[in-house]
Amino acid sequence: MADEVILLDYWPSMFGMRTRVALEEKNIKFDYREQDLFNKSPILLEMNPVHKKIPVLIHNGKPVCESLIQVEYIDETWPGGNSFLPSDPYQRAQPKFWGDFIDKKVYGPTRLIWGAKGEEQEAGTKEFIEMLKMLESELGDKTYFGDETFGYVDIAMIGFYCWFDVLEKCGNFSIEAECPKLIAWAKRCMKRESVAKSLPDSDKITKFVPELKKKIGIE
Amino acid sequence: MAERSEEVKLLGMWASPFSRRVEIALTLKGVPYEFSEQDIANKSPLLLQSNPVHKMIPVLLHNGKPISESLVILEYIDETWQNNPILPQDPYDRAIARFWARFVDEQLMEKELVGKDFLGGESLGFVDIVATLVAFWLMRTEEVVGVKVVPVEMFPEIHRWVKNLLDIDVIKKCIPPEDEHLNYIRARMDSLKLKSV
Repeated sequence: MADEVILLDYWPSMFGMRTRVALEEKNIKFDYREQDLFNKSPILLEMNPVHKKIPVLIHNGKPVCESLIQVEYIDETWPGGNSFLPSDPYQRAQPKFWGDFIDKKVYGPTRLIWGAKGEEQEAGTKEFIEMLKMLESELGDKTYFGDETFGYVDIAMIGFYCWFDVLEKCGNFSIEAECPKLIAWAKRCMKRESVAKSLPDSDKITKFVPELKKKIGIE
Repeated sequence: MAERSEEVKLLGMWASPFSRRVEIALTLKGVPYEFSEQDIANKSPLLLQSNPVHKMIPVLLHNGKPISESLVILEYIDETWQNNPILPQDPYDRAIARFWARFVDEQLMEKELVGKDFLGGESLGFVDIVATLVAFWLMRTEEVVGVKVVPVEMFPEIHRWVKNLLDIDVIKKCIPPEDEHLNYIRARMDSLKLKSV
């Protein structure tokens, strides 16, 4: 029986991008279904009743929610090819820690950068740079966060890259100036087909943000 | 027989459910460990060195190597000591367990609960009222889902708080009756194609 894989997603979501990249890395055919978050579909509400958020991965009718949980699920369900996590328990714990870090510490500030003004926005920018520097320090001189292998942390972080341009414009700063190694890492990732296919162009995101602000009622 | 080279140390806090959950996992697996009570107001050099990013407990040190973030620690423990497994084997079941564990974390107001009878301090307050539904919903959901996301051993503060709440007439009157509530949750889970027991 063929696998049926559906992804409920929203094109600018850096979280949805994680799942797209993971599926592409494993060459899994999936049905991408764009969601309207301002008018949530019955299937979205049914498949993620707790959070009503994207992305939702539906595998043979069963939903998996939360992007990093989806990435791990994909790795465990389709174990062939590129493994996203190492096999040694201690080495597995490190990427999981950093994935959690990205969710808890990197995402929040980005909302302040594009969504807030004045002091709040400045605070967000400062925090964001600080968090990026921690990530960059973790990356060091490795090709990927997974060392020679493109893996879990790379997948967790790369979706933010297409947001960098708009964040720089809003926050009036240069990420490359602050974190050159991170930018170099991102460019290497963009050369991967899975990433190039899954991330929208930066200028699409840059055009999208002012529209988003209008829609959610921020000036 | 314990290996002489195995050294397991937990930097934690007696009142923290996040720290307790690690202790439960270690105890469940029969792993001997040394518990080191940390003073968050006066962080030890070992804590700062072991978790420089968050500077928070719990931190597990296994043969000197640190692991931080309680859910990451739990998975590490499960993978390292494979007896009495914590996570299920099937990838889908694992994804569900991970989802609910994260959900609990988001709902847990651990800092608020430590040392207080109610979230509002001495008496029932706004936050208690808001959180009541979460606590009861969670605990009843776990009966239906069959996964103990808020077991008493791991979350003594939550259970103590719930007990306090149950003693209050207003709360007793306002909580949905157990049988009806459980049936309701089961029906919702079935219609949402989620696994229920």
